[in-house]
Amino acid sequence: MTLTIRAKLLLATLSGLVLIVLYGPLLVIAVQSLNSSAAGAWPPTGLTFKWWTKAWGNGGWTDALRYSLLVALVATVVALALGTLASFAVYRFKFFGRNVISFLIVLPIALPGIVTGIALHSAFDRLDISLGFLTIVIGHATFCIVVVYNNVIARLRRSSPNIEEASADLGANPFQTFAHITFPALRTAMLAGAMLAFALSFDEVVVTTFTSGARETLPRWILDNVFRGKQVTVVNVVATAVVLLSIIPVWVVQRLTDGGSGGR
Amino acid sequence: MTPQDSGGVQRGSVARLARFFDRHPRLRLASFLSGPGAWLIVAYLGSLVLMLLTSLYGLNDFTGKVDRSRTTLENYRQVISTNGPYLAKIVRTIGIAAGVTVIDIVMALPLAFFIAKVLSPRWRRFGIVAVLMPLWASYIVKGYAWRTLLDPAGGVFRKTFHVSPGFGQTGLIMLLAYLWLPYMVLPIVAGLERLPDSLLAASADLGGRNIRTLRSIVLPLLVPAIAAGSIFTFSLSLGDYIAVGLVGGTTSVIGSVVNSNISTNLPFAAAMAAASIVVVGAYLTGARRLGAFDNL
Amino acid sequence: MKSTKRSVAFATVGVLALAACGSSAKSTTAGTAAAGTAAAGTPTFNIPKVPTLDKLGAGEGALDIVVWAGYAEDGTNDPKVDWVKPFEKKTGCVVAAKTAGTSDEMVSLIQSGGYDGLSASGDASLRLIVGGDVAPVNTALVPSYTNIQDFLKNRPWNSANGQMYGIPHGWGANVLMYNKSVVTTAPDSWSAVFDPASPYKGKITAYDSPIYIADAALYLSKTKPKLKITNPYALDQAQFDASVALLKAQKPLIGEYWSDYTKYQQAVTSGSIVLGTSWQVIQNALTAQHPPVEVASVIPKEGATGWSDTWMVASKAKHPNCMYMWMDWIASGPINEQVASYFGEAPASKGACTDADGKTLCADYHADDKAYSDSIHFWTTPTKTCLDGRGDVCVPYASWVQAWDAIKG
Repeated sequence: MTLTIRAKLLLATLSGLVLIVLYGPLLVIAVQSLNSSAAGAWPPTGLTFKWWTKAWGNGGWTDALRYSLLVALVATVVALALGTLASFAVYRFKFFGRNVISFLIVLPIALPGIVTGIALHSAFDRLDISLGFLTIVIGHATFCIVVVYNNVIARLRRSSPNIEEASADLGANPFQTFAHITFPALRTAMLAGAMLAFALSFDEVVVTTFTSGARETLPRWILDNVFRGKQVTVVNVVATAVVLLSIIPVWVVQRLTDGGSGGR
Repeated sequence: MTPQDSGGVQRGSVARLARFFDRHPRLRLASFLSGPGAWLIVAYLGSLVLMLLTSLYGLNDFTGKVDRSRTTLENYRQVISTNGPYLAKIVRTIGIAAGVTVIDIVMALPLAFFIAKVLSPRWRRFGIVAVLMPLWASYIVKGYAWRTLLDPAGGVFRKTFHVSPGFGQTGLIMLLAYLWLPYMVLPIVAGLERLPDSLLAASADLGGRNIRTLRSIVLPLLVPAIAAGSIFTFSLSLGDYIAVGLVGGTTSVIGSVVNSNISTNLPFAAAMAAASIVVVGAYLTGARRLGAFDNL
Repeated sequence: MKSTKRSVAFATVGVLALAACGSSAKSTTAGTAAAGTAAAGTPTFNIPKVPTLDKLGAGEGALDIVVWAGYAEDGTNDPKVDWVKPFEKKTGCVVAAKTAGTSDEMVSLIQSGGYDGLSASGDASLRLIVGGDVAPVNTALVPSYTNIQDFLKNRPWNSANGQMYGIPHGWGANVLMYNKSVVTTAPDSWSAVFDPASPYKGKITAYDSPIYIADAALYLSKTKPKLKITNPYALDQAQFDASVALLKAQKPLIGEYWSDYTKYQQAVTSGSIVLGTSWQVIQNALTAQHPPVEVASVIPKEGATGWSDTWMVASKAKHPNCMYMWMDWIASGPINEQVASYFGEAPASKGACTDADGKTLCADYHADDKAYSDSIHFWTTPTKTCLDGRGDVCVPYASWVQAWDAIKG
C-alpha cells in the first residue's frame, strides 16, 4: 500500500483533528489556571498568575506528586514482569483454564474500581497487612497487568513462530532466543504497555482510596481538594504543571527505548 | 560464552536450566504462571470471591450488617427484575461502553495510521509522545474541563456554537471517549508497526487499490490490536462512576449503584458487581468468537 | 499434575471462604429488638456491646483518623492553617489523617478497620452506632465537652439509649438558595423545587444522596398532613412511598444533583443551576467571588434538614487515648473556631464565638441562634426501629439507598 500524497494528506488532516480533540480540553485547563474567576467562569473574566504563585507555596501537591510517581514506577515494573509472563504462558501453552486466565486478568479493570478497592482492603485487613506503599502498589499492579498483557499478547499473536524455531535450530537455548530474537520484537509492545500502565496507575483514584494509608497520591489530593472546594484554583495549576513537566521524561523514555522499529 | 564441546552441545548452568525446562514443559508452564498466578489467585481473586459470596446473603434490618445466617437469591432477583431500575441501568451502561468503544476506534485509526505509516521514525516518536501527554493531566481535572466545555448555560460549546450536548448521556460518552482514546491508539500503533511493508507492496502488486488493501489486508490483521484496545475502552467505561457524576447530569450507571450501595448493602453491591463480571465475560467471549484472539 | 494445581487453587479459596464465615460471627442479636420506648418518643436500640474508655491514660504516640478534607490541616496546604502540629507537640500523638470524599467512603473505611476514629456526618453516625462500629464516648474524659452548645448534645444522630457516642463538631442547614437575578420573587416554600410547572425546570438542583428523601418527607409533613409524618427520618412504608413518589415526580425538574461544592459553585456561576438546596458555605463563596453571583438563601416555612458532624471513636481503635485527646483539642473554643471558619460551618463550641473573629463567624452561621437551630431537622440514619418511638415499623437506610437508585432511573 504505497500511500499517495492525497492519502497522506487525508490522514494528516484527520490526525490533526483528533489531536485538536485531545489537546483542546488541556488548553481549557491551562486557561482556567489563569482565570481570575475562582469559580472558573467562561469566558475567563481576566487572566492572572496568582493561582500559580499560590500553588508554588503549597507543599501538599508536590508531596503527593512524588508519591504518585514512585507508586506508578514500582507498579509498572511489577505489571511489566507479570503481564509479560502471563501473555507468554497463554500464547505458548494450551492448558485448561487458558481462557479463564485471560478473563481473570481483565477483571480488575472491568469491575468498578470500588469493588477491587474494597475487596483488597478486606483482604489486607484480614491478613493484618497495614495500609501503605506496599498495598497501593499491589492494588495498582493488579489492574496494570492487563494493560501490559493485552499489548504483548496482541503482538505475540502477530509474530511468527518460525523465527524462533530457526533460532533454536541454529543452536540457541530458549534464554538466548528470548534475549536476541523475541524480546527486540516485543519491545515496542512492552513499552506501549508500560507507558499505559504507568499512566493508569498515576491517575487512579478509587482503588487507591481503599488501599492507601495516610500519605496521599496526587489524584487523591486533587479529589479531596476539588470536592470540598478549598483548593480548586490550585488544582488547575497542578494539572497544567504536571502535563508540562512530563514532556521531558516521556520524551527521554521514548528516545532511550527507541520507539518505532517500523515495519520492514 | 558458554563452552561447547565438539558436538555442539552447550554446557554451563543456563544451558542446563534450558534443557531441564525443555524436558519438563509443564514445569515451564508453571514457572511462567506462578508469578501472575499467585498474585491473581491469592491476592486479588481470593478477596474478590469472598466479596461476591456475600451477594448470597441478606441484611440484618436492625444493624444494617450482613446477615450470614441464611443464603438467598433475593439480591440477584432484584438486579434482573424488570420492575426494578437495575436492568435498565445495566443496559444503559453497556450502551455507553459500546458507544465509547466505537467512537474511540473511529478516532484512533487515522491517527494510528498516520503515526505508524506516514511519519518517519524520528517524527513517530513525537507522535507517540503527543498521544501520551494528555494522560498526565489528572482524570478529575479533565472531567472538570469537560464541564466547562459542556455546560448548557455558559460553557465553551454553548458560547461558541450556541448549542451544547449539556450534562447527560451524550456528554458522558464524549468525556469517556476522550479519556480512553490513548488506550486505543497505542495498541493499534504497535500493531501497525508489525505490519510488514512487503505485504502491502505485494497487495499493490497484485492490483489492489488502497481501499481494497485496507479492507482486505490491513484491517483484518489489525483485529487483535483493535480488540486489545477495545477491551480497555469497554471495561474502563463499564466500571466508571466518577465521570458520570461530573458530566452525566442525572444519569445513573452500574458504577453509581455499586458505589452508593457498597457501604450500606454490601450483598446487593456485590450482586451488581457480579453483573458487571457477566457482561465483561460475554464481551470477551463475543470478541473471541469474532476471531479477535486467533493466531493468524 | 494439572488437576493438582487446580485443586490447590480451589482449596486456597475454600480456606479463605471458611475463614470469612467463621470470623463474621459478630454478636448481633438479629431482629429481636424490643420495640420499647425509653422516654416518650425515643426508641431503644439493640446495639452490640462495645467497651468504652473509663479513664484517660497516656498517649499512645500515634493517631489514625478518617476526616473530611479541611478538618485536619497541618500547614501543607496553607502554612497559616495548622492545628495538627500544635496538637502533636502538645500530646506526642503523631497524626495520620486519611481524607474521604463521601460518608459512604468513611463508613467503608471504618468498617474495614485500621482507624481510631472519624469525623462522621449525621447520615453516617447512627449507622455506625447501631452497627457496633463505634464506641460509646465517656464525655467526662473530654473537658471541652462542657462548652458544647446544648442543642447538639444527646441528639438522635450522636447518641443512642441515652448514651453519647461522640463529640459534636460543626453543623449547618440545607437552605433553599436561589439566584436573585433569575428567580426574582423570593421563594418561601420548598414547593419551589417540587412544583411540576416551575419556570426553572431543568435548572433546579437537589442533594445527591438518599438522605434527601427526608427533605421530601419534611415537605409532605406540612403539605399532606394526612400522612402524619412527624419525623422525616422515621418513615413507615406508606410515608416512605409517598416521599419517593414526590422525588420521582421531581426528577424532570432537576438539571444536576450536587455533591461537591466546586460543581455547584461553577453551575450557579454559569447559570445552569438557579435554584435548589444548598449550604451556607457555598452561598458565601458565590457572593465573595469576583465577579460575585447575587444569591440569597432562606429556610422555608416547612423548615429544613441539616447536618452535624461528630467525632467518633472506632470500636477497633488501637490508640483510644490519643483519640480522646484529639477530640478534646478540636472541640476546644479557639481550635473549633479555626476549623469552622476554614471549612465553612457553624462551630459547635460556645467558646468559638468569644473573640472578634468568632463573633462574626457565629453570626454568619447562626451558631448560637437557638430558634434557627430548632427549625432544623438534622440528618440521622433512618433505622428500622423508628426514631420517633413508634416501634420497628420504619424503613431502614439500606432501602432508602435502593429507592434512591430507583428515583435516579
